[in-house]
Amino acid sequence: MQEYFLLFISAIFVNNIVLAQYLGNCPFIGTSKKISVAIGMGSAVVFVATMAASITWAVQQYLLNPFGLQYLQTLTFILVIAALVQFVEMFLKKVVPPLYKALGIFLPLITTNCAVMGIAIICQREEFTFIKTVAFSFASGLGFMLALIVLSAIREKIEVSRVPKALQGTPIALIMAGLMSLAFFAFKGMIA
Amino acid sequence: MITSSILVLFGLGFVAAAILAMASKVLYVKEDPRIAQLEDALPGVNCGGCGYAGCGGAAHAVVEGKSGSNVCVIGGLETAQAVAAVMGLEVLEMEPELAFRDCTGGERAEELYHYEGAGDCRAQALLYKGSKTCPEGCLGLGTCVAVCPFDAIHMGPEGLPVVDPLACRSCRKCVDACPRNVLSIVSMSERLLHQEEINDCLAPCRQKCPGQINIPKYIEQAGKGDYAGAIHTLRERNPLLLVCGRVCPRPCEADCRRTHVDEPVGINMIKRFVADWEMKNNLRLEIPCAKETGHKVAVIGGGPAGLSCAFFLRRLGHSPTIFDSMPALGGQLRYGIPEYRLPKKDLDWEIQGILDLGIKVRTEMKFGIDFTTQSLEKEGFEAFFMGLGAWASGNLRIEGEEAPGVISGTELLTSVGLDKAPDIGNKVLVVGGGNTAIDTARTSIRLGCDVTILYRRTRNEMPANLEEIEGAEDEGVKFLFLTAPTKVITGEDGHATHLECVKMELGEPDESGRRRPIPIEGTETRYPADTIIAAIGQKPALSCFYSEGSDQCVLDFTRWRTINANPDTLQTSVPNVFTGGDLFTGPDLVISAVGAGRRAARSIHFLLTTGEIPVADNIMRKLIPYTLFKDVDGVKHKERSTMPYLCDGSHRTSTFSEVEGALSEEELKHEASRCLRCGLICYDRDIPLAEVVTARVGEKVE
Repeated sequence: MQEYFLLFISAIFVNNIVLAQYLGNCPFIGTSKKISVAIGMGSAVVFVATMAASITWAVQQYLLNPFGLQYLQTLTFILVIAALVQFVEMFLKKVVPPLYKALGIFLPLITTNCAVMGIAIICQREEFTFIKTVAFSFASGLGFMLALIVLSAIREKIEVSRVPKALQGTPIALIMAGLMSLAFFAFKGMIA
Repeated sequence: MITSSILVLFGLGFVAAAILAMASKVLYVKEDPRIAQLEDALPGVNCGGCGYAGCGGAAHAVVEGKSGSNVCVIGGLETAQAVAAVMGLEVLEMEPELAFRDCTGGERAEELYHYEGAGDCRAQALLYKGSKTCPEGCLGLGTCVAVCPFDAIHMGPEGLPVVDPLACRSCRKCVDACPRNVLSIVSMSERLLHQEEINDCLAPCRQKCPGQINIPKYIEQAGKGDYAGAIHTLRERNPLLLVCGRVCPRPCEADCRRTHVDEPVGINMIKRFVADWEMKNNLRLEIPCAKETGHKVAVIGGGPAGLSCAFFLRRLGHSPTIFDSMPALGGQLRYGIPEYRLPKKDLDWEIQGILDLGIKVRTEMKFGIDFTTQSLEKEGFEAFFMGLGAWASGNLRIEGEEAPGVISGTELLTSVGLDKAPDIGNKVLVVGGGNTAIDTARTSIRLGCDVTILYRRTRNEMPANLEEIEGAEDEGVKFLFLTAPTKVITGEDGHATHLECVKMELGEPDESGRRRPIPIEGTETRYPADTIIAAIGQKPALSCFYSEGSDQCVLDFTRWRTINANPDTLQTSVPNVFTGGDLFTGPDLVISAVGAGRRAARSIHFLLTTGEIPVADNIMRKLIPYTLFKDVDGVKHKERSTMPYLCDGSHRTSTFSEVEGALSEEELKHEASRCLRCGLICYDRDIPLAEVVTARVGEKVE
């Protein structure tokens, strides 16, 4: 149990997918202007990352590893994740329209999100079991969501502050992201 | 290796495609084909200006009926037509809308919070969500500037957002972003329909004006030489600028903040200057009107209330027709106010400008005799405005007042207004202390009479305007104060020859707050008179509301014999009948009637177009207490301009030429510069706020 707890904490804080692994910077900056948008995008990432890591785990274990095709990992994962997102979109639209509407434009955005791809690949690199893969990918998604919400809260405040013209918009957001990243390094000491 | 790679990738791709193909069959959701067509019709720039997530979101919104064919804020008419074509709609011309800021405060509002000693409300806004002292005004944070996708707003030199009308797409982003609700998206009609709310940026003068005119704005425009702009600002609330510029007793000036420094700003002088500027140059500035709605409204009574109601109804796109019993429009303006105060040619010029908007007129039509609301309904009129004024005179209630030689003030003024001045002899006694008494006296002086005004209280209690009383004194009108009539004495021919009066003394204050006059026994005196004129108040003549032989009227009346109506909407007990002016309030100011005309037009507009008359919860009904200061600091003395006299001496009392003149352009600039440009609690100081605060509390303010 402690192992899973540590895995969770490490995925969310210590090895945060954006602030420590530097993956998914594009949606991180692009969808962090408002807290409400950040929550939508974060939820979508949690959902898709968990599903994508689980399915790619199966593809890796039952297709690539038995036939010695590990070098096709990136290509197959892209293919699988893209198809998965499309499928999820169709499924939600038909079966859970309110959720589909809530996630809105964020699902298609995730199709090419390297954070989702990164989480799937890390699970393989660390040779996690299926349960660990699910736990890790879910926690990594939560880590992404946390970073996104914190940054969007900061940006909402910055919007009503005096910022030098040259730094307004994305530049100040990147500086804030950098400072957040430095702050998150403090979590490094949490787990020996 | 290559073969197996290709096989795996193709196999995987095939499986994925097969699954998706099956899924697309099983999970197929029928989508309105118009969504795809709309996505093609929209420009596809995904600017987000419409408030939806990209053009796809906008297309969904249009199909779901959440947005109209004008959904795209940057596409213009062409895109709107393309969208309308897909939806099977027709594109109609719409009134242009613009982002609008009413607040005049900005950095002039005093700051409630001081963050670490620095007077920076941005810091406190971030930390505490606090506010400046003004609970309603603009903080000057510039949030609206940051969110505008079209760079249509920038911060002006006074720390207030300035909207560029050419760049604004009225997308509402600034309105949604503004934390203080200072910005709004409005069209001309919405501005005309707006009732003052306590959250609006209302200077005390603006709160006091019964016409709800944006006084600080027009003074600023006039001061900058933008006379046309000032006229447009005035006409948003008052179509009778020339009239009010001459006869308004300017209640606004009583609450001018400048009174605490020296004297109030000459608000009405400025109004008169710009109104005269338009007339003297015969400019007839264009008055925009909304698209024709086809609703016919009958405006009964062509006085200030009726003219104002018809003017605003026309501007809102309706088709009003004015019915008046007299040969020419104007009501008491024409038949109650003497020529020397309001020349008829000026009044004609002003009324013509109103009628030129497309208002029909039927004169010499008496309500209750020549027509009724029922007969007009048959002609297709859907709503009615009753603005019949207060034409009946109050009685002296003394013995012999029915005798020939005793007339009412309104009777004399009306006959002079009709160019049928009666023979009133040489010795004239006027009974009363109001403006009608003074008008009657000054008119009689001009008819060559020896005039004395009798008033039962003292000069201090006279309800007439001080400058009118002084004008009458200058022209030779005599006054007998603390004198009340008791009997009219008639000669052998039955004609009045004397008025018997009794001396009075002032007792305890009555319900009006004035000391009650009490007769002193044994002081009866007889004053000789050729004509005795009673000018002791007017009241509405209500007999026209009763059909012949009937003592029942469908309208409700108050115990003061005025029409009963909802004070906010002016709707009477008959839903499509509205009232305003003296018929509703009893004798009152011209500007009160003008204001009531607009409020009634607003109610009629809503009734005809929506069936309901909305009234905001927070409309301003009385002065807002925290806006009334006891002193105004940081302002230097500046002398008030004086209104010049156009004629003097015998010329003044022997003709009906206009007495008061207009300011010169230089005097106007000086007078406009005296305006403090007040908002709710802010005003322009000559000394910077920081120094004032330092001097007041001994703190150093950055």
